[in-house]
Amino acid sequence: MFDKDLWREIFQSINKNKTRTLLSGFTVSFAILLFALLFGITNGLLNTFDSAFVDDAKNSIFIQSGKTSKASNGLQAGRQIQFENKDQEWIEKEFGDKVQYITSRIYLNVTAIYKNEKNSYSVRAVNPDHQYLENTKVNYGRYINQSDIKNKTKVVVIGRLVEEDLFLKTTAIGKYINLNGIQYKVVGIFSDDGGDNEERLIYMPVSTAQQIYGNNDHIDQINLTYNPDMNFDSAISFSNLLTKKLKDRFSVSQSDQRAIRVRNLANESKAVDQMTFVLGILVLIIGFGTLIAGIVGISNIMIFIVKERTKEIGIRKALGASPKSIVLIILMESILITIIAGFVGLLLGMGILELVGPSLEQYFIKDPYVSLNLVIGATITLIIAGGLAGYLPAKKASRIKPIVALRND
Amino acid sequence: MLKISKLHKSYPIGDSSLHVLKGIDLSVEEGEMVAIMGSSGSGKSTLLNIIGMLDEADEGEYILDGVPIKNLTEKKAAIYRNKFLGFIFQSFNLINYKNALDNVALPLYYQGLKRKDRVEKAMFHLGKVGLKDWAHHLPNELSGGQKQRVAIARALAANPKLLLADEPTGALDTTTSYEIMDFIQSLNDEGKTILMVTHEEDIANMCKRIVRLKDGVIMEDVFVNQVRASAHV
Repeated sequence: MFDKDLWREIFQSINKNKTRTLLSGFTVSFAILLFALLFGITNGLLNTFDSAFVDDAKNSIFIQSGKTSKASNGLQAGRQIQFENKDQEWIEKEFGDKVQYITSRIYLNVTAIYKNEKNSYSVRAVNPDHQYLENTKVNYGRYINQSDIKNKTKVVVIGRLVEEDLFLKTTAIGKYINLNGIQYKVVGIFSDDGGDNEERLIYMPVSTAQQIYGNNDHIDQINLTYNPDMNFDSAISFSNLLTKKLKDRFSVSQSDQRAIRVRNLANESKAVDQMTFVLGILVLIIGFGTLIAGIVGISNIMIFIVKERTKEIGIRKALGASPKSIVLIILMESILITIIAGFVGLLLGMGILELVGPSLEQYFIKDPYVSLNLVIGATITLIIAGGLAGYLPAKKASRIKPIVALRND
Repeated sequence: MLKISKLHKSYPIGDSSLHVLKGIDLSVEEGEMVAIMGSSGSGKSTLLNIIGMLDEADEGEYILDGVPIKNLTEKKAAIYRNKFLGFIFQSFNLINYKNALDNVALPLYYQGLKRKDRVEKAMFHLGKVGLKDWAHHLPNELSGGQKQRVAIARALAANPKLLLADEPTGALDTTTSYEIMDFIQSLNDEGKTILMVTHEEDIANMCKRIVRLKDGVIMEDVFVNQVRASAHV
């Protein structure tokens, strides 16, 4: 196999039969290229779906209030429903260990100043549990804790990009930041997979915000996660029960869709899971399809090549070539071409994904990527298929009587 | 050199079979130059192919240089072909993507010679057929006569005991045919045993012996006065 003369024969054959070489090489390159591109693009779609939901815990339930749209219990429509601290406490008491994490949220908009830097940001005043609900990663320092809530301390946890904006290259931890005229101590820096907007946020204790900005118990929204041990059906019935009881509590008609809105991510994540599953199957079908097309292509070409070389095989046999050497020369040639062409297709495919990947994000394709192992696996499959597809006709050709091969003018 | 007795060969044609050789007895001594003649379908090419181990007989005996040729494995047949036989074909059968030198060197490659020795030997034989200057030309850059001379050089390269020619002048004009025959005669003068199939009387008369075949049997086997091709060139 490492006979120099054999390789010389093979290279001569490859070199002098350029059309044949290009034809078979192109088929393999194209199959691998398509394989890499299709896999990459579907992977990109999957990434988009995944990242759309990494922002929040998948078992999240969001509760918001609004104005009543229907009269109920002698009360007029158009009444504003306002949640307070006691409503959060009531949910905790009422549903017990069905609730995993729970937090209030108050939205504020502030102008933040540090030294000469100034910018506007959204503030979320929250409970410590909020960190888990939102998948917030604390990079430096700490998150809001229970003693902040109790003591109504003036501390904030700021996003990575807020630190970048205001503190430039210096660290923000321990420094004081001015929000609408009041000084807060920065106790933590966080990052979030939810994107840039999520990293331009400021978190503060909910009790601090209530005292400073309204001196009341009001909260804008209650977020919770249900016990992750619950399956889909019990999660849905839990949120239905929660909705029903909340409506009773605020004397809202059960058919009122606006006064109290409960959004259960279980509904959405189930749809996404199904979508992901279908996409996964699609990826498999596409992958196998391209591979099979490639195998059929290379097989056809191998049969054609052997047919085309029948006369040459006859001549070689008349001159004393053994059947083994005939099979070897055809097989090594086809394997060599397949390896090189497969490698070209692989490089092209990965290169194209790398190049156009970033610009595909607007088409819901994020990080189109295909693992090197997968493409190498596909290439090896094609090499084996090409080898097998070449071996059988080559073996047959090596057996035909030279006189039959030579007659084939 | 070569001894054949009671050789039979038939080819299947659809359901029936065509009996091509019906008991051939033939022996050839070293240094002979034999023409096998016959109309098309007489079985002359089939006989040559069996002698050349390109085809196998159904029945009968064939001894080449003291070695019985029977039930050979493909590998063994390949070795014998390489060692004993040199082929010259009507359609030259050069490998079209190899230059003249590489074509001539090919049997030497299958003998397992080193590249340097192959090139040297091939060059020598190309020189012998007068085509040293054409060594690096591809077959399609050569004339018919030149191609046949390359083929002869290739047949000689492995220094075979027996040279088999199937209508060696069949694709050439008369002048070129005589040139080729002149060369083949000179090989025979040097002692090479030559067996050729032809249907041209003038070519056959340039051999030393003529075997006439008809319908699969030998009709006539005579020694003739060799006509020297050089007289016609």
